[in-house]
Amino acid sequence: MLENNAMPDQLNLFQRIRYSIFPGTLARPKYRERYRSFFNSLILHFRPRSVNERSLRFTLTWGLGGMAVVLLCMLFTTGLMLKFVYQPVPDRAYESIIHLQNNVLFGQLIRNVHHWSGNILLIIVFLHLLRVFFTGAFHPPRQFNWIIGLAMFLGVLTSNITGYLLPWDQLAFWAITICTGMLEYIPGIGGWLQVVIRGGNDIGPPTLSIFFAIHTAIIPACLLILMPFHFWRVRKAGGLVIPRRLDEDEGSEDEKVPSIPNLILREIVVALVLIAGIMLISLFFDTPLGAKANPGLSPNPTKAPWYFAGIQELLLHFHPLFALFVIPVFMLMALVSIPYFNYQTKTAGVWFTSGRGRRMAALAALIAAIFTPISIVADEFVIDFEAWIPHLSPVVSNGILPAAIVMAGITLFYWLVKKKYSATKNESIQSVFILLTVAFIILTITGIWFRGKGMALMWPWELAG
Amino acid sequence: MKKEKEKSEPTRRSFLNILWIILGGVALAEFVAVTFAFLWPRKLKARRENADSIVTAGTVESFTPNSVTAFVRGKFYLACLEDGGFLALSRTCTHLGCTLPWIEKEMKFACPCHGSVFDITGNVIAAPAPRALNIYPITIENQIIKVDTRKPIRRNSFRFEQVVYPNKKSCFAGK
Repeated sequence: MLENNAMPDQLNLFQRIRYSIFPGTLARPKYRERYRSFFNSLILHFRPRSVNERSLRFTLTWGLGGMAVVLLCMLFTTGLMLKFVYQPVPDRAYESIIHLQNNVLFGQLIRNVHHWSGNILLIIVFLHLLRVFFTGAFHPPRQFNWIIGLAMFLGVLTSNITGYLLPWDQLAFWAITICTGMLEYIPGIGGWLQVVIRGGNDIGPPTLSIFFAIHTAIIPACLLILMPFHFWRVRKAGGLVIPRRLDEDEGSEDEKVPSIPNLILREIVVALVLIAGIMLISLFFDTPLGAKANPGLSPNPTKAPWYFAGIQELLLHFHPLFALFVIPVFMLMALVSIPYFNYQTKTAGVWFTSGRGRRMAALAALIAAIFTPISIVADEFVIDFEAWIPHLSPVVSNGILPAAIVMAGITLFYWLVKKKYSATKNESIQSVFILLTVAFIILTITGIWFRGKGMALMWPWELAG
Repeated sequence: MKKEKEKSEPTRRSFLNILWIILGGVALAEFVAVTFAFLWPRKLKARRENADSIVTAGTVESFTPNSVTAFVRGKFYLACLEDGGFLALSRTCTHLGCTLPWIEKEMKFACPCHGSVFDITGNVIAAPAPRALNIYPITIENQIIKVDTRKPIRRNSFRFEQVVYPNKKSCFAGK
């Protein structure tokens, strides 16, 4: 049709405009091919040129990192849309959500997509953290990337909490009252921190402004900075950790394949399936919205958001100083220090470090799954140190004493397991990690589904009544 | 050798470089200070001019002993104790800040959030709340009770000094 040497001035107006945007597209197919390679090299600015074939296995990453990116993109777009309707003032916030749901076309759908993406993102990044830990992808040279990942995890968590307040309904108001109430127990700076975050003594208009600013500006900006940093560190580490079976050595031979189409196609498939899933969930499950916030009436039971249900459950068993400060800080410090222990064995790429590591992991999970529910029930109905030893202060009887018992249990477990299996440091630390993680998951499940009126322990089917 | 020499004898260039770094540090500190000052919550002084912060609860005679009256506007409960003394109790649970309802039948404040229970003096009957309810200062002039809601007073437990009595014990008027 058109000759390769066709000049733009020989074309009609629309062809000339098209030519100005995509020079070369009017050329012969051979040149079009070359043009496609330009597009491909644009993709290669973001993705590696070639990847190790073994790191493409779905059972290495489960697509979790890519899913987190897709969810963040969905959150950014739907969040921007919501920003056009939402009004961050207590008198208007709830009404603007009602307006969004009832009068704005697709308003409810966009809100649902934002809600479900945010909640699922939290689960996905948690699973991503577990995957990285269990495949040993935190060993050098990936140590610092673990820390960046933790920072982003905290960012996603903060984003979820701050977003939780914005609808200004009863759910939001009281959940945030509890969450900011927790700050008071941080020794020294707690009271000050609470006033700064609330913008006053109580939750009010300043709180909503502050949470809105954190949710819509500060956290997105931080994530946009940290994300490329995270990916760049992956590239600097020579790509993903290379998976291997128990009997394989660390692969040295080059089995690289080009990213296009091997990696990019896989990523697109994961993204499309995820988007379809989120759309389906959003079509069938509406985001909950309670009555408008009423500072004079706490609903019974008042529950923290589900991701804090575990900490709220801890509150029922420990003095607040321990449940809200000592234990979470200890957990966070343990997470931060994971890549910096002096490991003797190289286990990067092996799921659960070794055959022995796998047996120990299963044992740890089993022990946590048995002892956590028993401890919860025992503490609920039998153990009451405060009444048994009334002359001690509650910080000791309800804080130091039970914490010491739990700590002793964990130490005993560590010591016994290490002795029985004559395990390496890698394997023992992994089994303690699993012990604590499973315990925390069980606490969270208890808090969500087994706590009813007055936070009494009950079966899930009794909750509604 | 060369490095040691540079260290021992600062050149004009190294001096100016250090000066620039110091100036940059000062500028950064200023920026941080401004940010903090900007984000600092407004002082409670602003509320002092607010006449609403002093709530007139009513006359002494209008409260019967052993009763608790809610004041929604001031966010407090006025408790008239058995002996005719008054306490203005904050309605905020000292555990995590939920609002306490007064359960008239059982004569107690029961927190719907985590099950803390307080008695009529604000003392903790059942954990997890760590300390007694905050109180507000009360003044009684000419048998009229006024509660200053500007600043709650923290306390660990109930003590008799905290109770405010009218001059005449006319809280018994109901008898």
